[in-house]
Amino acid sequence: MSIWEYANPRAFMGWTGKALPLIWGLGIGLTVLGLVWGYFFTGDDFRMGSTVKIIYLHVPSALMAINGYFLMFVASLIWLIRRHHVSALVAKAAAPIGLTMTLIALATGAIWGQPMWGTWWVWDPRLTSFLILCLFYMGYIALWESVSDQDLAADLTSILAMVGSVFAVLSRYAVQFWNQGLHQGTSVPVVTGERSVDDIYFIPLAVSMAGFFFLFLALTLVRARAEVRARRLGVLIRREQMA
Amino acid sequence: MMPELGKYAVEVTAAYAVSLLLLAVIILWTVMRARRVKAELDAAEARAGKEAMDA
Amino acid sequence: MIAVLRRDLALALRSGGGFGLGLAFFFVVVVLTPFAVGPDQGKLQIVAVGILWIGALLAALLTLDRVFALDWEDGTLEQLALSGLPLESVVMAKAAVHWITTGAVLTVLAPALGVLLNLAPGGYWPLGLSLLLGTPALSLIGTFGAALTVGIKRGGLLLSLLVLPLYVPTLILGAEAARRGAAGLAYETPLILLAALSLGAIAALPFAGAAALKVTLR
Repeated sequence: MSIWEYANPRAFMGWTGKALPLIWGLGIGLTVLGLVWGYFFTGDDFRMGSTVKIIYLHVPSALMAINGYFLMFVASLIWLIRRHHVSALVAKAAAPIGLTMTLIALATGAIWGQPMWGTWWVWDPRLTSFLILCLFYMGYIALWESVSDQDLAADLTSILAMVGSVFAVLSRYAVQFWNQGLHQGTSVPVVTGERSVDDIYFIPLAVSMAGFFFLFLALTLVRARAEVRARRLGVLIRREQMA
Repeated sequence: MMPELGKYAVEVTAAYAVSLLLLAVIILWTVMRARRVKAELDAAEARAGKEAMDA
Repeated sequence: MIAVLRRDLALALRSGGGFGLGLAFFFVVVVLTPFAVGPDQGKLQIVAVGILWIGALLAALLTLDRVFALDWEDGTLEQLALSGLPLESVVMAKAAVHWITTGAVLTVLAPALGVLLNLAPGGYWPLGLSLLLGTPALSLIGTFGAALTVGIKRGGLLLSLLVLPLYVPTLILGAEAARRGAAGLAYETPLILLAALSLGAIAALPFAGAAALKVTLR
């Protein structure tokens, strides 16, 4: 059996229906655990005081904002190549959630920046990149909303996602060229395997990251399922009108 | 049982409040839309099924 | 392709609407800036390059929704698609016309308007060069955005929203080159990167634009 079997709408509805309760449970459970742990039971940082606790929101949401865009890119690519409808609908479903994650990352960053850097906003490369990411999400969602034919909208938004991804990478380097920045380096450098964050902070952070991941997954699947049903509904209504 | 947050209590709590609010909005919106679509689809399926029987 | 280019150019010049609009807008932005910022020569010198680049970008943006709209409404676009001419060439010709009627003219006009904003004496060449090398990218990105939104009613607002993030790298590199030049620094690096961006856009975006047109015309 090929992996693409899972993308058949009927099979998709079947396995997501079974897996969703577990994913919801993991998402909400781990998020609540990570955030409660972080908010109530971790110590303050020597330099940052209690504002270090914002990291449990900021890092996971930023992570999922970027991964959400990546998911949209891959799903759009699959739609363009293999024409799986579910793939296009997953890309559509992921966009508003990615936008929410971007907004959370921007908001928590601004609230953290105010006491630490003395300003809500600086035109730092990372902040600027996130603002651009936010604009990408908004444009992508707006394009989906303004085309009523779903297949047409899927094609147009997929093309936009392809070109947009190239420009997202370009923007990232252009922005770095433009301004060096205040933002600290990455907290969890995966490549080097080192950590710039101590275990006391890292474990609740990891729990919270896992929680955000599953929450994102659950929301994307629920939205994609609603899109599949909305499509079926559209077909039925058209059939009724014809009869 | 408020934890000791020191002088940044307002900022930290505000960050949590804003984030949880945004999360709550997207979750509620998603779930409600999913429910509405499902209900509408079930109704339409029922109508279609009935017509099929009438015919 | 040359015929399409000639026809569109003639149309743009004869009707005057789109052609003049971008230029007038650019002129208005530059003339109004001193009233908003204040008449201080030093302050104006600081913002001059930025205002000129923003003005050029907005002037290009303003004229974008006309790139395909008329041909779409009267069916010319479908005829072009059926004519055997590759859609990529059509997109390229449209972008070229857009550039000639906005980018090229703005490039010539910008140094003249730089005088009004007290642009630093060393800044004229870098500004002109950066606009010359950067505006083709603006036209091509914009034409791609226009191709995405042709079939959409009232697509103008959507078009701006879609194109806005795509314009960021061009604006950063172009304004950076001009700013460094105006400050008397070496400006080759951003200029070369800007040229690379424009060439990349010329090479790749006609294909993306044609793909979008094909979808809409299907």
